[in-house]
Parts: sequence; C-alpha cells; structure tokens
Amino acid sequence: MSIDIDTARRVAKLARISVPEQDLAALAEELTGILRFMEQLNEVNVEDVEPMVSVTPMRLKRRPDGVTDGGYPEKILANAPDAREGFFAVPKVVE
Amino acid sequence: MLDHLAYEAPKPKVIAGARHDWELVIGMEVHAQVASQAKLFSGASTAFGAEPNANVSFVDAAMPGMLPVINEFCVEQAVRTGLGLKAKINLFSAFDRKNYFYPDLPQGYQISQLYHPIVGDGEVIVDMGPGLARRVRIERIHLEQDAGKSIHDMDPALSFVDLNRTGVALMEIVSRPDIRSPEEAAAYVAKLRQILRYLGTCDGNMQNGNLRADVNVSVCRPGAYERYLETGDHRHLGTRCEIKNMNSMRFIQQAIEFEARRQIAILEEGGEVVQETRLYDPDRGETRSMRSKEEAHDYRYFPDPDLLPLELDQAWVDAIAAALPELPDARKARYVTQFGITEYDAGVLTAEAENAAFFEEVARGRDGKQAANWVINELFGRLNREGHTIAESPVSAAQLGAILDLIAAGTISGKIAKELFEIVYTEGGDPVRIVEERGMRQVTDAGAIEAAVDAVIAANPAQVEKAKANPKLAGWFVGQVMKATEGKANPAAVNALVTRKLGL
Repeated sequence: MSIDIDTARRVAKLARISVPEQDLAALAEELTGILRFMEQLNEVNVEDVEPMVSVTPMRLKRRPDGVTDGGYPEKILANAPDAREGFFAVPKVVE
Repeated sequence: MLDHLAYEAPKPKVIAGARHDWELVIGMEVHAQVASQAKLFSGASTAFGAEPNANVSFVDAAMPGMLPVINEFCVEQAVRTGLGLKAKINLFSAFDRKNYFYPDLPQGYQISQLYHPIVGDGEVIVDMGPGLARRVRIERIHLEQDAGKSIHDMDPALSFVDLNRTGVALMEIVSRPDIRSPEEAAAYVAKLRQILRYLGTCDGNMQNGNLRADVNVSVCRPGAYERYLETGDHRHLGTRCEIKNMNSMRFIQQAIEFEARRQIAILEEGGEVVQETRLYDPDRGETRSMRSKEEAHDYRYFPDPDLLPLELDQAWVDAIAAALPELPDARKARYVTQFGITEYDAGVLTAEAENAAFFEEVARGRDGKQAANWVINELFGRLNREGHTIAESPVSAAQLGAILDLIAAGTISGKIAKELFEIVYTEGGDPVRIVEERGMRQVTDAGAIEAAVDAVIAANPAQVEKAKANPKLAGWFVGQVMKATEGKANPAAVNALVTRKLGL
C-alpha cells in the first residue's frame, strides 16, 4: 500500500498537524516506507493463531465503583492557557 | 408466567406527499448514563451539578501518563441492561478509540466499543395501546465515555468548557430501523427508559441529559420496508439523516415529523437526500445541517492499546441474570391475569416500578380490581394534578389499604370512603380512628334507616304522589334520606326501603 499526496494531506489535517504543501510529497513517501516495512508481517502465516493482546497472561484489571479521585479543579486548570470562573476558556466553537 | 401480553403490530405511519404516499423508517441510538458513583475509567464522581471541573481526575483531563482502569459496576450495568432487553451478552468485548478533536474531549479520542460491543442482538416491545405493540430489534449496546460540556453563552468570543461529565459511563443502545412513526419513536424511548429504571442501570433523567437520543430518519415508498426485511438490504429504506442529541420525547416527535416532510419535499422535486448529521431547533421547529459536507468524519477507529479486552465469565453473567427484577412487560401481563384488571390499567400501574410496588402493597389480600381503581383514580389522579410522585404521596399504601378494608367490612360506604380519603390525604392519620372519632360509620341499623325514610315520606306527601305515578322519582327520596343521615346510611338499604315504602 502506498500513500499519495492527497492522503498525506488528509491524514495531517485529521491529526491537526500543519504540514506545508511542499513537504507533503516527502511525508507521503516516508509514510509509504513505514507501511511497506509493516507489510512484511503479511508474509507470516497466522491461520488458526489467536490474536495476542498481551505478553503476559493478564486479564483486564477492574476497580470497584467508588469516588476516589477529583476535587482539585485548580490543578486541572493549572496548565490552561486561559481559564475563567472555573472553566477552560477556548475560542468560540459553535456547530 | 407470560413474558408479554399478546399483541399485533401497528400500521406504519403514511405521509401523503404531493405526488404519492411515503412511509417513515426510524432507527435510534440512545445514550443512557450508567447510574454509577464514579466514572467509567476513573475514580472521579459522576454527581450532577458540581462546581465546574471539580469532578475531574487527571485521567479524565488526559494528562500524560495517566491510564484508564475500568469500573466493574459499569460493566455489570451494561450486562444487566442487555439481559433486560433479552439480548446476547458477549463474553469477549474490547475497547476502541474514536478519534476526533473537540475542546470538551481532552484525550482527542473517545473510548468506545466499535468492533466488539459488550451486548449483541436484543429487543424492545414498544406498547402503542392495548393489544398493539411494535417489536423493535436491538442491534447492540456498547460502553463508552461521555464528553464534557461546552457553554457558548457566557462570553461573546469564548466557549467555556467543563469536564465534569468527561469520562462518565454511557451505554449506547442501538436499535435496528424498525420504528415506523414519530409516536413510536417517542414510545420507544419511553419504554427503554422504563426498563432502564426497573433495572436501576440508568436513572433516565432526560432533563439532566442522562438519557438522550440520536434519531436516524429516512423515507421510502410503501412496500420498500418489506423488501428490506426480506433482503436485509438497507438501500430499500432510502438515504437517512441523523438528528443528534435530543432529550425530550416531544422534540423527538416534532423533529422526525419535520425531517420526514423535508426529505419528501426534496425527493418529490427530483432531488437527492444527502446523508448528514442535523440538529433540531425547537424554537423554529426545524432541523438544520450540523456539519459541512466536504469534511466527512473519519474517526480512524483502532483498538485502545491501554485496555485489554473485557472478558466475562458465564457464571458471573448467570448470577446477574438470576437477580434481575420482574420487568414491565411480565409485570403487566401478571397484573392482567392475577388481578383481572384491564391492560390499560395494568400499564398505568406498572409505568414506574415504585407505583407498581405501591399498588401491590395495597392489593395484597384485597380485591385487586378495587385496589387498582382506588390507586389509579383517587391517588394517582390526585398526585398527578398536584405534580407529585408516588414517593411524595401523603397517603401510604397501608392507609389506603385500611380505607379499602373499611369499605369491604361495610363500615363505610364508597361515598364516605372518598371523604375519608380526602381527610387522610390532607390531614393524615389512621383511617380506622378517623371513622370512629368523626362518626363516619355507615348506618346499617335497619331501624334507624327506616325512621329516616318514614320521616322523609311523611314530610313530602306531594312528592309521594308524583313518585307513585313516576317510579323514577324514588331516587329523590333516596337523596333526601342520605342528606338527612349525612351520607352515613347504607345507600343500598335506603334504596330498598324507599321502593318498598312507596309501594313501587
């Protein structure tokens, strides 16, 4: 599979990464290279092999339903570029 | 025990266009907030109405290095809900990331279950009247995170973001396109809400947004839906639009009504409906496009590498199944057979689990039909008029039961019972003592009643003559006697005596 310039532009846009138009060709080529490298895995026969999700025989860890966290809005907002009245303040978004 | 009373499917709604008739096809995605204390993947509180950003942990704020740990209770509620909808429980399910950017989604993705949902095929029987119901198939239920809340009206240039809701557990309940009218759509949400409340898995509070619906609407020509059922080919159903995020049954109906007519107008003018997401504006009574077409959403789902698959033990699921409460359909069917009441009345009594429990306490060891009449007409009628719920009822089940016992024992008449009910409702107290203290006992002493009848007859010779000519006037004498005895005479005894004494 190869990535063309349009796909590279689209992926960059979806990821909110700004890529100048003149750099798209190189980026597409780089992404294609990565995909090609990964595609080598297709050569392995995995018929009847269950997908492995962990290297150790672990099950998903669960916790009981109890309030054990939160209550520190000032810490949550500490890194906000703009916070007002306890809220994050962001440029207006209206759909 | 019956699972459900017998029913037939209602006819689909037909809308007459300018050129020909159209039918509606509706599928719904209902987001139900799990009634948990803490969030799906963090220990922050789910309480409604907290100070902004107070119920937020570093996990919810997506701080680097924070990892999600699943809340076992939320998993259990999803399974309970699945079992309540007679659905297949998937012992293996997994979480995926749905990627998009929005200010109230700090992770940049929502953790959801696209490929392997926790619950599979189920059903909801949507009651549309006695003997009439639509069976709506459920396609899946998956667990996912809610997003935060953006407030747009606090500043002209800024949106304010509160992450308290971020990461709260939602069950997304996805139906097949089996709903065929706006009324059925509202009834479907109501039925789902009722089942969730019986199960206790979601409080169903629509005002707080704890239950909201996305509605998929398309229109097709009569016959097309049947072809879809035969072939499974969705193209027969026409192009659909999704109306997002509605939390009012009334708006759901209005939005579907508007949207269907909009689509019909486009199609009849030879145009094509564009598949898109729309918003309903209740002020204008119309839907409008929400996202620009060229920017089609691409969520780039992939398995969440922070979470192992969710594996359930059959024995654990079986234990949840064994502990399920009696659900609305089964309870309604039981009331009809056990108490001999109408399906309509059984529906009223079972609408809320609390109402049903109240009724059963009143009916226990008593005449079920009479209990149903009193609970529905006197108590619910009064509570509804005053905007109270059963939990706020000033009359307890024991008090109402005592009133019914007084009627059954012949101590008071039905008419006096209503006065007694009024006293108990407004002042409280033990009905038996009130009857004694206020002398409300019905007079069954034949001698006393006879004396009262004689007195009325003696005082009204002219009426006696008239009544002899026209026996219907006997009722006037019964009324006079009841008045003279302050309503305490047994009406049946008075009636018999008047008829005899007047020689009718």
